Amino acid sequence: MKKFWKHANGRLKVGIIVTLIFLFLGFVVYNIPHVNPFSYNTYGRRLPPSLEHPFGTTSMGQDIFWLLIEAIHNSLVIGFIVAFIGTVVGVFVGLLAGFSGGWLDRILMVITDTFVVIPSLPILVLMTSLMRGSATVILMALVLAMFAWAWPSRQIRSLALSIKERDFIHTAWFSGEGTVQVIVTEILPYALTWSLSNFMNATLAAIASESSLAVLGLSPANLISLGNMIQWARERNAIFTQQWNWIGPPIVATVLLFIGLFLLITGYNDYLSMKRGR
Amino acid sequence: MSKGVKQLKFSKYLGLRILTWALTIWIGVTFIFFVPRMFPSDPVENMIGRIQSRSGQMDPVEMEALRKTLRVQFGLEGSLMEQYLSFLKKGLLQFDFGPSLMSFPTPVGDIIKTYLPYTLGLMLVTTVMAWLIGNFIGLQAGFRKHRLSSKILEAVAICIYPVPYFIVALILQIVFAFILNWFPLQSTIVTMGGFGMFIRSLIRASILPAISLLLLGTGWWIISMKSLSGTVAEEDFVLYARYRGLPETRIGRSYVLRNSIITQVTALAMSLGGVFSGSIMTEIIFGYPGVGTLIQKAILQSDYNMILGCITISIVAISTATLIVDLIYPLIDPRIRYS
Repeated sequence: MKKFWKHANGRLKVGIIVTLIFLFLGFVVYNIPHVNPFSYNTYGRRLPPSLEHPFGTTSMGQDIFWLLIEAIHNSLVIGFIVAFIGTVVGVFVGLLAGFSGGWLDRILMVITDTFVVIPSLPILVLMTSLMRGSATVILMALVLAMFAWAWPSRQIRSLALSIKERDFIHTAWFSGEGTVQVIVTEILPYALTWSLSNFMNATLAAIASESSLAVLGLSPANLISLGNMIQWARERNAIFTQQWNWIGPPIVATVLLFIGLFLLITGYNDYLSMKRGR
Repeated sequence: MSKGVKQLKFSKYLGLRILTWALTIWIGVTFIFFVPRMFPSDPVENMIGRIQSRSGQMDPVEMEALRKTLRVQFGLEGSLMEQYLSFLKKGLLQFDFGPSLMSFPTPVGDIIKTYLPYTLGLMLVTTVMAWLIGNFIGLQAGFRKHRLSSKILEAVAICIYPVPYFIVALILQIVFAFILNWFPLQSTIVTMGGFGMFIRSLIRASILPAISLLLLGTGWWIISMKSLSGTVAEEDFVLYARYRGLPETRIGRSYVLRNSIITQVTALAMSLGGVFSGSIMTEIIFGYPGVGTLIQKAILQSDYNMILGCITISIVAISTATLIVDLIYPLIDPRIRYS
């Protein structure tokens, strides 16, 4: 661990620290007992920031600090579910395409390329507007995951293609290992380091998509997410009434979270390429 | 190698690329045809429900007739296969998506036609500008990557690029429209009252959306071009060019740029879908009268025909734009022409 930190570059370090802070807020602070921040009129309306309410309260008497903590928690959870499904499916499809070759490979790649190029937001809009009112967090995550697998599968396929012809794979074939065993013991370790960066990328993309849908009013209405929190503040005219303590925190949190994750991704990729000796 | 052989290779590339283009559109449209049909909600029943809630109970015979008319207009008559084929034929060949619900009975296609040019104009200008500016700055920064100015530039780009489109738009709106009061909060374009007035209101309405799209686009091209050209600048052939005593500008232009721009053209083609999603969000924040705002209106009024129409047209538009960018590719990459 100490050695890792010494070799890590600046971006990776900043990325890790920012991401850890968000994980701490979203999964540790989140578990401190608190009043359900969603219910209206728990406290006075439009209270200014104080010790009891670090960011004050909304026009509906909700505590902004705890709204923010719940929003960070839910946004991260959605991001992780989507990234997990996307990465697992992507690795599977990519390995399958890369190793089977021939027609299966071509068909899989045409579908994958379609999903990479197609603008995802309009299709997400179509699906979420059809299930408006009945959408749950899990359903939302599943829908978002439909667009999360294509990019990793493309990358894993090219990785598989480049590894397939290397000596140690041939050695494994000749020593009698089956296809599944070769994939699991020889290829997967390579694919995993790559998948980690894909995973973080997909988390970022999923949180962005969810908040975009929230601004369109298409995220589940009872879900406290970063996007919904911004949207609620916008709907209740927090900009016109200059309640910066309401609309400000979710915007600043989203910006910091995204920059942090992005630094983590690019820093991690640089770290990997440095480790490979380039 | 004879010229005939070269052309054969190029036509093969062209043929494959056009095939992929058609497949992309087909898969996309098939997807959006079948997905709504997997959901339990029925647009005709929704519509009838809304009419009933507005005008009270209806005569059963009349209602049955209405239901039948609506089913035909929504393309829900006949077997699934018939519906699918007529959707493909009407939607893709004639851009006919039936009547719009929010401004019944104007056809969806007519309404989209008035909104689409604004989105295309905004996207085209900002995407091309962002690509040119970003790659120019990125090349300078990557070529001289140890300078302080390059590092500062990259840091700024890194802090802007990962932020979602609508957040950047929202921040610009708060700062420039609300606090500084330089622009109106919601953009309006005046179509009546002469051409000069129209252009003036168009520019006024487009500046903030364009700036937010430019900021994010340029940020990405700076980051990617810097790392690309930074790698190319350390290749042996660049070192050799230096030993030959070639001027730095020539090395930058014909060695580093020529080798890294090829990747950036592919990346441009791949990024268009994302840029489109982003411009939808930006339009909505500023109320810019493009397809994004139209989609938002359609969602608010549950106008499925309109949503379907906007989505089909955007899939066709984005795939075609990607195809055009990909066709530029063989012009700048000699390997495609020869290999």
